[in-house]
Amino acid sequence: MSGDGVEIRLTLNGEQVAARVGEHDRLLDLLRYGLRRTGTKEGCGEGECGACTVLLDGVPVNSCLVPAWQARGRSVETVEAVPEEELAALLESGATQCGACTPGVVMTAWWVRRNRELVDTHSLRELMAGNLCRCTGYDGIIDGLAAWLASTASGEPGGPG
Amino acid sequence: MTVFLPRDLDEALELRDRHPGATAVAGGTDLCVLWPERVAARRDEWLDLSGVAELRGHEWTDGALILGAGTTYWDVIRDRRAGEELPLLVEAARQVGAVQIQTRGTWGGNIVNASPAADGVPVLMAYDAVLELRSRSETVELPLADFYLGYKEMRLAPDQLLTRIHVPRRTYDLQWFEKVGSRSAQAITKVGVAVTRRDGEWRVVANSVAPTVRRCRSLESLLAEGLPVSGPADLMGALESDVTPIDDIRSTAEYRLEVLARLLYWRLRDVCPSIT
Amino acid sequence: MKRVEGLSKLTGRELYVDDLPVDGFLWGATVRSPAARGRIRGIRFDDSVDWSEFTVVDHRDIPGTNAIFLIEEDQPVLAHGRVRHLHEPVLLLAHPRREELRRAVEAVHVDVDAEPPVLDFRLTPDRERIQYGDDNVLKRLRIEKGEVERALAQAPHVIEGVYETGAQEHVYLETQGMLAWEEDGVITIAGSMQCPYYIVEAFEHALGRTPDRIRIIQAATGGGFGGKEEFPSGIALHAALLALKAGRPVKLIYDRSEDLAVTTKRHPSRVRHRTGVDGDGKLLGQDIEVVLDGGAYVTLSPVVLSRSIIHAAGPYACDHVRIDGRAMFTNSPPFGAFRGFGAPQSLFACERHMDRIAAELGIDPVEIRKINLIRDGDSTATGQVIADGADRVQVLDRALDLADYYERRTAHAGFNAAEPTRRRGIGLATFFHGAGFTGSGELFLDSEVHVAGLPDGRIEVRTANVEMGQGTLTVFTSLVCDRLGVPAEAVTIAPADTSLVPNSGPTVASRTVMVVGGLLEKASDDLRTRTGLPADADGRAIREAIREWHRSHPGEPLIGKAKYEQPEHIHWDDETYRGDAYGAYAWGAYVADVEVDLRTFAVSVRDFVAVQEVGRVLHETLARGQIQGGVVQALGWALLEECKWRDGAMENAQLTNYVIPTAGDVPPIRVEFLESPYPHGARGAKGIGELPFDGVAPAVANAVAGATGTDPASVPLTPETVMDLILRQRPPAGSLT
Ligand SMILES: Cc1cc2nc3c(=O)[nH]c(=O)nc-3n(C[C@H](O)[C@H](O)[C@H](O)COP(=O)(O)OP(=O)(O)OC[C@H]3O[C@@H](n4cnc5c(N)ncnc54)[C@H](O)[C@@H]3O)c2cc1C
Ligand code: FES
Ligand code: FES
Repeated sequence: MSGDGVEIRLTLNGEQVAARVGEHDRLLDLLRYGLRRTGTKEGCGEGECGACTVLLDGVPVNSCLVPAWQARGRSVETVEAVPEEELAALLESGATQCGACTPGVVMTAWWVRRNRELVDTHSLRELMAGNLCRCTGYDGIIDGLAAWLASTASGEPGGPG
Repeated sequence: MTVFLPRDLDEALELRDRHPGATAVAGGTDLCVLWPERVAARRDEWLDLSGVAELRGHEWTDGALILGAGTTYWDVIRDRRAGEELPLLVEAARQVGAVQIQTRGTWGGNIVNASPAADGVPVLMAYDAVLELRSRSETVELPLADFYLGYKEMRLAPDQLLTRIHVPRRTYDLQWFEKVGSRSAQAITKVGVAVTRRDGEWRVVANSVAPTVRRCRSLESLLAEGLPVSGPADLMGALESDVTPIDDIRSTAEYRLEVLARLLYWRLRDVCPSIT
Repeated sequence: MKRVEGLSKLTGRELYVDDLPVDGFLWGATVRSPAARGRIRGIRFDDSVDWSEFTVVDHRDIPGTNAIFLIEEDQPVLAHGRVRHLHEPVLLLAHPRREELRRAVEAVHVDVDAEPPVLDFRLTPDRERIQYGDDNVLKRLRIEKGEVERALAQAPHVIEGVYETGAQEHVYLETQGMLAWEEDGVITIAGSMQCPYYIVEAFEHALGRTPDRIRIIQAATGGGFGGKEEFPSGIALHAALLALKAGRPVKLIYDRSEDLAVTTKRHPSRVRHRTGVDGDGKLLGQDIEVVLDGGAYVTLSPVVLSRSIIHAAGPYACDHVRIDGRAMFTNSPPFGAFRGFGAPQSLFACERHMDRIAAELGIDPVEIRKINLIRDGDSTATGQVIADGADRVQVLDRALDLADYYERRTAHAGFNAAEPTRRRGIGLATFFHGAGFTGSGELFLDSEVHVAGLPDGRIEVRTANVEMGQGTLTVFTSLVCDRLGVPAEAVTIAPADTSLVPNSGPTVASRTVMVVGGLLEKASDDLRTRTGLPADADGRAIREAIREWHRSHPGEPLIGKAKYEQPEHIHWDDETYRGDAYGAYAWGAYVADVEVDLRTFAVSVRDFVAVQEVGRVLHETLARGQIQGGVVQALGWALLEECKWRDGAMENAQLTNYVIPTAGDVPPIRVEFLESPYPHGARGAKGIGELPFDGVAPAVANAVAGATGTDPASVPLTPETVMDLILRQRPPAGSLT
């Protein structure tokens, strides 16, 4: 492609979407400005903060570091796809304050929640280290994620998962 | 600005041949930092490697672990066998950035980005990794230790792509990697070192202390010869001929050298009779 | 009660300025000074750009006074004639496409004849560097109590120390941003901010408009920490000037590098102590000098200096105290409001110095604090008699207890003797933080809040105090619910939009809950009275009475109101700096347990205990979150965060090079509250937003001192600094190692 962008298709939150993306566009730009899914945030544009975290083919990535054209044919999940009832534990624990880091935090946590075996090899703090938060001091996030992992699928606290 | 989106390796190599100025993009974790303001405005041609299946994934053969250039850190972290047989790969990979970088960053990108601070390179070099470089016309193999010529200079022709990395499967009686950054994750290495020993043969590879990741050959021979060492200061002579650290925005030359000597001394003291 | 807007944030529905749907807008950008100081010779526009596509604004487009209205009016909206710091805004551009705009910014050249800048606030400037008054002092303040010289002359021991702290960037996760448009002759702003009415005032002056033609709306704000107190006035003006000239909406959003390089930071400081003590460690005289780097304009430095000196002598009783404060002009982007507002700097010095005194006299750092901590009936440096019923020694004891302080100290001694490459230490700090504006400040603010009864029986809270993460919406809702006995669903909080809410003052100085929350209680009472019901009326009756009132007064608004009245016990003299500096203080004792790696010189925090007395805890989760977040932000200041300067501005302006703590760098922060209700605060609450910042750096530095046998005098304690201490500094006499 050259100059006026390219037409791509991707699966966004389970739906097929088609979009024209410019050569300069990042996946973050495509989501926020192209598709008006503004849940995903930009905190740095350098891959440092994780506010722009989305799941690309099921794993967390920083969407500010993904050229939009690399998303062609792939599956992208954003914060808009996380069912509200799943978020009870994070709400309860004080995982969000200003909320700017929150969509990214939720996406990494959602990935951990759906891949609980990760905690056999990784600490929660290591898994969350790519999501900078300046408000909570992280306890609210880590405690919320731990409670979420321990809860049953409906989001209600339950036995160990 | 033009972007080429090849679907397989042949197409990629052909485009590489016709557009030697195009910048290859793998995981984008180096290239896309501050992409809109820093890069996109300035470079014209891009060659996307993300659609090239031949570059992805890794396989175990009898003699080697073969990493496709597009293998991510996360691919290796999730492979239990890698942790058992070539643990430094996993240790280094887990200390690259954070999960979001590990899932995208590739071993090939780390090598060709040629940063002196690269964390994947020292462990690969300490394992005697060999690179497979391909152009349309030929495939060549080159030891990683001979790949770099100077700061961001390397033996990679404009029509070549790095396709695979061979890591020999061997047993070591010592293997160790340590990274020192400014924090526990998302940290560019201020000083780091990978060490292996096998049948009395040493590899000591340091990063962030020279224009390239650097094999410390003087130190290797000091260790092989078993010269007596009784404190970090006794390693300084050899290190000063191996590395040339600088002051920059992240640390100081003095800190890098002092810490490198201390890391080596305290770790090797436990395993070398000559070090007391 | 759950965080009111919590779910909206967790689901990504909350709208921050860059999320607001607008059509046909232009992107704005700022062209900045390339030099720290000099005369603007000219501005050149490259021919490579078609400038007819751009909106271009310079100082000539400012309809009113070219100044950002604050304490002084010295800071221009856009530089004219001369520049006083690197990155000072000179020209504004707008264009529909961001890529074009980026290229265009680089195609404008501001030519400056450079002049010699002041880059180090600690040095006395030579003549050619004088740029403010005749000595570059932006503000001078003094506190005097008793006769310090005589006390020092008679003291058995006089111990001195000089302490320094570095600049710190807020790193609110959402960068600064504003959207501006004109609608029916009203210039309107939506953006990220703490103080909507500050912007109204700035617009009145610079745009020469009356308030009825200015409307400021706070969009969801992704963190502030003081960084969105005064700074947003400038960027809002920039967006407005572009929008007025272009006749279209303009969005001006800083990217992270720009935000780091050009916005305000915590004031760097240098504090000198000369302290007379007796052999037990009783303070006999404190002579303290506090010097802050103010940067190139006055902005808020006078009030930051004020809070800094008021806290400089610590939470201790001493009869003879002199504190001299100066804020210095330098050619740096102005330093500004940041959580703690000068107190963390002077308390770092004070608490490090207490440990130094203890070390020199060979007494226990706990004991020296216990001897000197204020008891009810004692007075602070300004002569304010403290009689709040809080037990400061108990706060300290509780912290020591929770931290297993003595056990750990013993264990560490054994560990350090056995381990070749690791050293552990435990350190503490006792401190205080005054809530609300200093002295008569609250009186001048003249805050007003409204609690409206709506025709359907719902209740709407109208204040200009904003939610930026600290939980304002939730606490306000719960205060009104409690006061009127109504359920949470019955209460809504009006958006912080100056066309809808009265001026209840800025969202700063830990005043929101204590002061504004208190007003909300009164306004709730007033609303109930207006419906004709007595104090014991229940919520259901009140809601019915509201509906009934509207039936009999169709079309009229029903509004309960309250205005600030100073509690009678507060007396403050701004001339002599004596009296009741704050209505209430919160008290804290923090303990840090650290390990220093002697191979890498890195300090890791193994455990952190934060105990504080805060009047009343209104919401446990929110309060704990404030403390934990503040502690971790302060751990960054203490250990990691360092601005590297070039020509007076930040050179490491990327998050990869200015590093803040990740989840992996900090331990769980263990928090406990003690409560001794403050009668004039909402339900007994005192402010807590800033308190946690004050005690962290000294506790950590004291722990590092104990671990390494060195005497650190500055933060951040980066590994490079710790290496320097260990390799070059002899242990101080009598240090506890
Ligand atoms: C926040 C953050 C943290 C980071 N932390 C670390 C860290 O801790 N340690 C570390 O070592 N690195 C770190 N990095 C850098 C980066 O993630 C790694 O270097 C990564 O391995 C690069 O791989 P990539 O596929 O993303 O490279 P890309 O950005 O896609 O490419 C990098 C370079 O390699 C070239 N290239 C890529 N593949 C090929 C190929 N097959 N043939 C020829 N040329 C090729 C590209 O043209 C480019 O010049 C970090 C980056 C970020 C943004
Ligand atoms: S915006 Fe992508 S990591 Fe910060
Ligand atoms: S909640 Fe504000 S940055 Fe995390």
